[in-house]
Amino acid sequence: MNRHILDARHQLCPIPVIRTQNTVNTLSDGDVLEVLCTDPGTLHDIPAWCRINGHKLLGSEQGKDEIRIVLEVCSPDPRLP
Amino acid sequence: MATLRKAVALISGGLDSMLAARVVQDHGVHVEGINFFTGFCVEGHTHAIRRKDTARPKRNNALWVAEQLGIKLHIIDVIEEYKDVVINPKHGYGAHLNPCLDCKGFMVKKAREWMEQNGFDFIITGEVLGQRPMSQRRDTFPIVARESGANDRLLRPLCARLLTPTLPEREGWVDRERLYDFNGRSRKPQIELAENYGLHDYAQPAGGCCFLTNEQYSLKIMDLWRTRGRRDYEFDDIMLLKIGRHIRPRPNFKLIVGREEGENKFLEGYKNRYTAFRTISHSGPLALLDGTADEDDLQLAARLIARYGKGKDAARVCVEISGNGCPPRMLEVCPLSPDEIPSEWYIG
Repeated sequence: MNRHILDARHQLCPIPVIRTQNTVNTLSDGDVLEVLCTDPGTLHDIPAWCRINGHKLLGSEQGKDEIRIVLEVCSPDPRLP
Repeated sequence: MATLRKAVALISGGLDSMLAARVVQDHGVHVEGINFFTGFCVEGHTHAIRRKDTARPKRNNALWVAEQLGIKLHIIDVIEEYKDVVINPKHGYGAHLNPCLDCKGFMVKKAREWMEQNGFDFIITGEVLGQRPMSQRRDTFPIVARESGANDRLLRPLCARLLTPTLPEREGWVDRERLYDFNGRSRKPQIELAENYGLHDYAQPAGGCCFLTNEQYSLKIMDLWRTRGRRDYEFDDIMLLKIGRHIRPRPNFKLIVGREEGENKFLEGYKNRYTAFRTISHSGPLALLDGTADEDDLQLAARLIARYGKGKDAARVCVEISGNGCPPRMLEVCPLSPDEIPSEWYIG
């Protein structure tokens, strides 16, 4: 398991979601990605993206100046189309 | 065992594309969504920028739709490629700078490429015959199918029964009799179908999801092209056109003036790349200067900015000028009076 950080601060949705998606596509099952953001929309959109694409949201927190969202990459079930 | 057919649905986040995907799911087809980010999408950015929009849900409607349907969604950044659609639309513009027919052809083409790369069988759109004056007509539907290269692998489930059968219908991947014949601008059939599916919460952009259909926004782009002497833009340009008052006192520069706290905060992120103005002696907006300015221009800009702050009726207002690689400096100016600001200065 490797831990990665994606800096998506000062970018507005859906750019942080697209960058999360593109980064996750390069990672392996079990890797952890920590996404740093400033757009409050990411608090909704990145967890939604994780849910529909089968990745595990490990946590999200809104600090004073930035948002931190942590997810675990889960490979799709090979039995699915 | 029958082969499981796979379709990629263009998901805008609105009701029609949601229904189109849902209808095809009912035929036992595996559906995944695709959504293209052009940079001109109304939702998302604007809500995040403006503080007055905090009451609205900050959700990406395409993601939300995908979650309601239980499908995957692939969001594709097409900002760079899309420039050619906006700048050189083969089929021209609609009422404003909306190149709707070229746009639809472009998106279906990108979906067709994705379909081929990922081993999918056909493409779904939520188009309805006669709903849009430019891209959703009987004579323009074939243009989109042909120029995108999707041809008869492009299925429009909401109006398919009014059209020539496509490959998925001819091959029995979907049952044509269970598709729809929606026609025209009425939303009633879609709303009824949504009710039948138990879908009660959905976005209603219906063409209002693109800034290029907005007259004021289009005027700002035309001003940008005219003053730069070329039809081109960068991503930051089109982002900045979405917010603030845009005021052009002289041909060589314009000012982007924040209208509220959320916009000021957003403009802060651009402070180092543009000359920035902020009133110091009184509270007021942050403003950016786009273009080139000599000392006389800076004086005029500072007087204009002072007009939009709490010191607008004061005799003198202290304005800080910073950014763009220059050390901060102060100017003390007399705010412009309303009759010194011609309406022609306002862009859009």
